Amino acid sequence: MSADTLTIFEKGAPGRRAFACPELDVPQVDGLLPDRFRRAEGPRLPEVSEPEIVRHYVRLSKRNFDLDSGFYPLGSCTMKHNPRLHERVAALPGHARLHPFQHPRRAQGALELMWNLERALGEISGLPHVSLQPSAGSHGELAGVLLARAYHEDRGQTRTKVLTPDTAHGTNPATVTMAGLEVVKVATRGDGGVDLDDLRAKATDDVACLMLTNPNTLGVFDSEIAQIAEIVHDAGAILYYDGANLNAIMGITRPGDMGFDIVHFNLHKSFTQPHGGGGPGSGPIAVSDRMSPYLMNPRIVRRDDGTFDLDEHGYEKSIGRLRGFQGNYGCFVRAYAYIRSLGAAGLRDASETAVLNANYLLARLGDVAEHLPLAFGRLCMHEFVLSGAPMKRELGIRTLDLAKRLLDHGYHPPTVYFPLLVDEALLIEPTETETRETLDAFADAVKAILEEARADPEVARTAPHTTPVRRLDEAGAAKHPVIRQALD
Amino acid sequence: MSRYTAITDADREAMLAAIGVDSVEDLFAAIPADLRLDRPLDLPDGQPEQAVYAHLRDLAARNVSAEDEITFLGGGMYDHYVPALIDMLMSRSEFLTPYTPYQPEVSQGGLQVMFEYQTAISELTALPVANASVYEGPSALASAGYLAKLAHPGKGRFVVSAGVHPHARETLRTYAHGFGVEVVEVPLRDGVTDPDAWAAAIDDDTAAVFVANPNFYGAVEDVAALTAAKGGAVAVASYDPIALGILVPPGECGVDVCVGEGQPLGNRLDFGGPSFGFFAATEAYLRRMPGRIAGETVDVEGRRGFVLTLQTREQHIRREKATSNICTAQALNALGGVVYLAWLGRRGIVELGELLLQRTHYAREALCAIDGVEPWHTQPVIREFAVTLPAPVEEVVERCAAEGVNPGLALPEENALLVAITEQRSRADIDRLADVLSRAVVREAVTA
Repeated sequence: MSADTLTIFEKGAPGRRAFACPELDVPQVDGLLPDRFRRAEGPRLPEVSEPEIVRHYVRLSKRNFDLDSGFYPLGSCTMKHNPRLHERVAALPGHARLHPFQHPRRAQGALELMWNLERALGEISGLPHVSLQPSAGSHGELAGVLLARAYHEDRGQTRTKVLTPDTAHGTNPATVTMAGLEVVKVATRGDGGVDLDDLRAKATDDVACLMLTNPNTLGVFDSEIAQIAEIVHDAGAILYYDGANLNAIMGITRPGDMGFDIVHFNLHKSFTQPHGGGGPGSGPIAVSDRMSPYLMNPRIVRRDDGTFDLDEHGYEKSIGRLRGFQGNYGCFVRAYAYIRSLGAAGLRDASETAVLNANYLLARLGDVAEHLPLAFGRLCMHEFVLSGAPMKRELGIRTLDLAKRLLDHGYHPPTVYFPLLVDEALLIEPTETETRETLDAFADAVKAILEEARADPEVARTAPHTTPVRRLDEAGAAKHPVIRQALD
Repeated sequence: MSRYTAITDADREAMLAAIGVDSVEDLFAAIPADLRLDRPLDLPDGQPEQAVYAHLRDLAARNVSAEDEITFLGGGMYDHYVPALIDMLMSRSEFLTPYTPYQPEVSQGGLQVMFEYQTAISELTALPVANASVYEGPSALASAGYLAKLAHPGKGRFVVSAGVHPHARETLRTYAHGFGVEVVEVPLRDGVTDPDAWAAAIDDDTAAVFVANPNFYGAVEDVAALTAAKGGAVAVASYDPIALGILVPPGECGVDVCVGEGQPLGNRLDFGGPSFGFFAATEAYLRRMPGRIAGETVDVEGRRGFVLTLQTREQHIRREKATSNICTAQALNALGGVVYLAWLGRRGIVELGELLLQRTHYAREALCAIDGVEPWHTQPVIREFAVTLPAPVEEVVERCAAEGVNPGLALPEENALLVAITEQRSRADIDRLADVLSRAVVREAVTA
């Protein structure tokens, strides 16, 4: 077995260590923990030196592709640059070593930061009441659906259904079930928008809310959003905005102005919290006046004397807590630093540039449209969906093969096989922080792969060829799960 | 051009020509004019890096952190020392900036970290399966409730000990109201779950029972005795991972699902997050677990590798039938957790547990030697304990804080103080706490 794939549990030797325990400086007392509560044998953790740990994890890190090394156009994930300033300010001890139970009197800087961030997110979304508490987008969705439920319950109504377009992120339907409600799918029209007739038919008086992403996961802005909002509101239901695609519209249009009642943000998408290999994220929500009584407690309040406080009972009809403490504060510091760096003009420029970059890459990929056509429309917002169906039919390589071959070219592939209603889908989101040269080079790489496939499809079918490992047996992994290291 | 974009005027002109439109404005034609924002966002102007740094530094300076005072605050998050190598590894681009490892061929580092992390959590808890992290402690407990609801769809009741962290109990209630389960709370008796009330509360309709160990008040619970009364319910226990070097593990106490707050394992306080939640279970619940799970496999050349596995549980595949809605979790924080456990090591986690046990006992004795200060309960404690005060607790805390000692978390309802010990609080610190607290108690008692 290659030394690179040995786990930390397979390294080291008995007696080796990194940690030097502080000396016992109090009198030793026996029997403090009764024997029946005492662990007979400690957990079999690694026995390794500090240099071994560092080398192990640094070597592992080099088996990752990352945004700082190359283009990462993963659709719907907004892999924009992560400014290092944010890491520096988040690490300041006044933020990083602040205990969450510190009395608000001694956490004024943190509460002011959160207050300011709430106001900024309220302004960006056009929905004035903000709770920063949810831990990620899907957690914000859960907050939103529970809020919609509480709103109806407060009016004595039992509404059991939630409408979601068939283009929705998987988190939307999963959230609905978790909130004890039932998913009803709404059809998408040929141009990518919500099918209004289908929506009208399904917007019955037992619908609690419609969850919508706009621009949606096809990269299409639904121009009929005003009519959608009217239909939903006429049915007495709530309109929920999935903010995964907010990066297209900052400073240009606002969910609140479109008629949405609730929006969640992904601070790890539009607001630069690094994705961390799968978290941490942060999913604040903003709501309209009528939804605000149900927001999560505690609420940050500003007293008349200008000081800030946490009010455990600030929202009188609160759905309650969704997690411990006040949320992922470290992510708030980064998002706030980003908003202060860019200001209104910078945020608008970020969205405009994100949309410009996406359309430019789409235009550059026009060269291969014969095999990779745009699924919907002519232009896009901040991302777009290509269909690999003609490529599969005529060149004999699938979207998966193209994705794997892109790895050999030094790119992270786009999101693949999502959205589900596009055959052999590729969802491409370049973000505003990429240069034109990068977009050109990526388009050239796609073109080169298709040309290569015309000559010899086997190269892509067996790709990647240059990565630390090649295609992995995922079916075998699921059939016989080995999800921890066996130890002697 | 804003700070992090790179498109020059010349670029823009060429790009618009390639697209075939005249202006950037044209790209937004799909947005109806009456929905456009006709003014700039009302936000402060953008500022250069040094100005933003200065502003964030000024805000930080208005917080009193564990750097600024001797703190005995705990209650779910603890001021343990975070070794420097964790900062270094967590800030490496290769761990910091990728996303979920959807492309395993270029994500072997992150996937192997998940596999190692799962192994470490499995070892700590003595439960065979662990996922790659959930958000944090309280929502992990609520997610275990959802697992139990899906496992027992016909049942409508949760029984939760009052020793479970108040935030976790509240979160459980929020979640359970959504999926339609009633939550019944069992009181404590001398600091631990009242065994009679516990047994009486559990009935055939109970989908899950919840206990914490050590509990919110620092007391070690007899988890084995409590789970023995679980009947047909899923036994969920929340554990403080730092105690598991010396405390009998949940896997040996009849626990089906063990969750907890991972912050004590090498993660910063960060005013409450981001940290990570851990989630481990018996084999029976493997396919009901929430979140990502990494598994070992081989590539086409037979080389060892790791992938995300059992994904048919997850929202991106199963949608409304998923075991959870979680997508982004806490991978970077879980990295900090597994590095911390490797750094502590097999012997270190036991030594640390023993040190905390001794110092916590010393601190409890020292505080209870103060006139009028009494133990709130007499149960064994490992790293935290509660005492009642003869003077109003919130005022006492203020007096202590003014002297640079944060004596712990005020529990006004019990007029008690919850005091936490870490390896960073030496005997001298504890002696100082006793001194400051005794004077504060006397002064407040006089004032009152």
